[in-house]
Amino acid sequence: MLHLVLFLVFGAICVAGAINLLVQSHPISSALSLVVVMASLAVEYLLLGAEFVAAVQVIVYAGAVMVLFVFVIMLLNAGVEERTKGSRVALILGIPGVLAGGLLVAWVLIERTGTATVGLGALPGFPKTIGNLLFHDFLLPFEVTSVLVLIAIMGAVVLASRPEPKNPEKES
Amino acid sequence: MLSLPIFLVASVVKIVLVIFILLTAVAYTVWLERKVVGHMQNRWGPSRVGPFGLLQPLADGVKFLLKEDLTPPHVYRPLFIAAPMIAVICALTSISVIPFGTAIPVAGHIIPLQITDLNIGLLVILGVTSIGVYGVALAGWSSNSKYSLLGGLRASAQMVSYEICLGLSLVGVLIVSGSFSLQQIVESQRGYFWGFIPKWNIFYGCQFVAFFIYLMAAYAETNRIPFDLPEAETELVAGYHTEYSAMKFAMFFMAEYANMITVACLATILFLGGGNGPLFGPPLLRLILPTFYFVAKVFVFLFTYIWVRGTLPRFRYDQLMAFGWKFLFPLAIANLVVTALVVAYRS
Amino acid sequence: MPQNYVPVFIFIAVVGTLIPITLLLTKLVRPSNPHREKLLPYECGIDPVDRARGRYTVRYYIVAILFVVFDVETIFLFPWAVKFKAFGLFGLLEMLIFLGILIVGYIWIWQKGALEWV
Repeated sequence: MLHLVLFLVFGAICVAGAINLLVQSHPISSALSLVVVMASLAVEYLLLGAEFVAAVQVIVYAGAVMVLFVFVIMLLNAGVEERTKGSRVALILGIPGVLAGGLLVAWVLIERTGTATVGLGALPGFPKTIGNLLFHDFLLPFEVTSVLVLIAIMGAVVLASRPEPKNPEKES
Repeated sequence: MLSLPIFLVASVVKIVLVIFILLTAVAYTVWLERKVVGHMQNRWGPSRVGPFGLLQPLADGVKFLLKEDLTPPHVYRPLFIAAPMIAVICALTSISVIPFGTAIPVAGHIIPLQITDLNIGLLVILGVTSIGVYGVALAGWSSNSKYSLLGGLRASAQMVSYEICLGLSLVGVLIVSGSFSLQQIVESQRGYFWGFIPKWNIFYGCQFVAFFIYLMAAYAETNRIPFDLPEAETELVAGYHTEYSAMKFAMFFMAEYANMITVACLATILFLGGGNGPLFGPPLLRLILPTFYFVAKVFVFLFTYIWVRGTLPRFRYDQLMAFGWKFLFPLAIANLVVTALVVAYRS
Repeated sequence: MPQNYVPVFIFIAVVGTLIPITLLLTKLVRPSNPHREKLLPYECGIDPVDRARGRYTVRYYIVAILFVVFDVETIFLFPWAVKFKAFGLFGLLEMLIFLGILIVGYIWIWQKGALEWV
């Protein structure tokens, strides 16, 4: 019972953070709301028994990806964003689209009862279980991940480094 | 296993005790640093308030309370106030998974001397440390002053760079002990090999290179000499906390020293065998000795911190980055491969 | 959530109330004499020149992005390290392939000069 209450409370915090992210006009406030979303998601994972995933959520998402966001905001001196009234297309297509998507997800969840019957905290997510899955059952995807990370490294460095000056004498 | 009410009561009592002891330890680490560095530089250090200046931390505390706390109009107020709180809360929280000794019997219950043991204890500390970067980064950004912003940028770039080396240096220890639980890591280092050398990870696990990497990364993580670039006085006044005064400044100060203590505790647990040591004498002494060994090892580590501060000059920023990325990083990878080979050979 | 995690949250709650209370308490006892000179951004005594929020070097950005990438790599190493004794030499081999690909990337960025701080 307490378990369910906690789960709902942190779910509510998560949604509130996400809404705050959209409403805030200053980029740093938006970034920090995203940190709140990530952290409350980590607690949700913990409540579901996935300890390792919760820790990774905090270390990688809240502690690394969002630090990068904050860094960019600090470096670029991004100011308060301008407000527009919003486009009419978004109003006409967006709201029915979101409703339809929500209904679809709800329908799938109800239809496939298998996804609804897993109890809270029923799946143990101990680090060792994860290790077994990652390095035994899903070995190939894991190795392919390293190629993905390699591409990320190269992309980041290519994008961030300035192009070589073609005429070294003129640059000074 | 304890029943739920007793578990909760025991937890709350332990939490209050640990916070009290930790804050006292922070205050006296500051005193120790001033005293030891003073003697190294042929000065007396604090000597006026109480015998040997022992009441100096108390006087400092009162001073922090009674000083004017300026919040300049040019700062971004909510984050300016939140940043020191984030820093100090993250710094203190790490201590909650540290085991200080063996379990002791209290009123018929076996109470472990640790707030809580988690399956992912080590990861919790890493996570909390990575959140701690926000305290520094946001302090620099929200102050809206050049020195603060530069200090904040430098500090956070340095902290994230060395976080990689810190994480990689722990992988060797994880290979040897096979668990994230700090309690089990300490357990795995019990006993001796070749008759007399303790089975600490630094010896038996061949983790002396990892220990060196950890030491360097820890000094950089806590922004201490020789890596205290974020507050290089000659360039940046006081770095990210230039605009802070009174209690808010004190919080950054507390966070720095609390981080030092956590790092020392973690080094003791991961590399120096935690509370392991020769046990002898009556049962009561056997219960106290592990905690004594633990505190002694932490003290040695903290003293080394201060010693290094009294001895070494400061790096240049490009040297700092090159040292982290071009030397420690490959060294950590090599160490982890060698450790894996050694462990595979042994089993 | 296992019972063991509860004390960590109690700890955060205790510290999280203790610290703001300390800040509020100091508000009652401390003096407050603001002055124009005191409230200026600190620049060694002279009046501040220009605004603080400028654009800073892209080096910091590269460091942050490399941090994210290698942090993900470190996270992959952790569950492997804990299970290493069960995997044995085969585990070492699979991790060497993973690391090898990343080390190629590491050498490449070194060659490219992304690790230089100038």
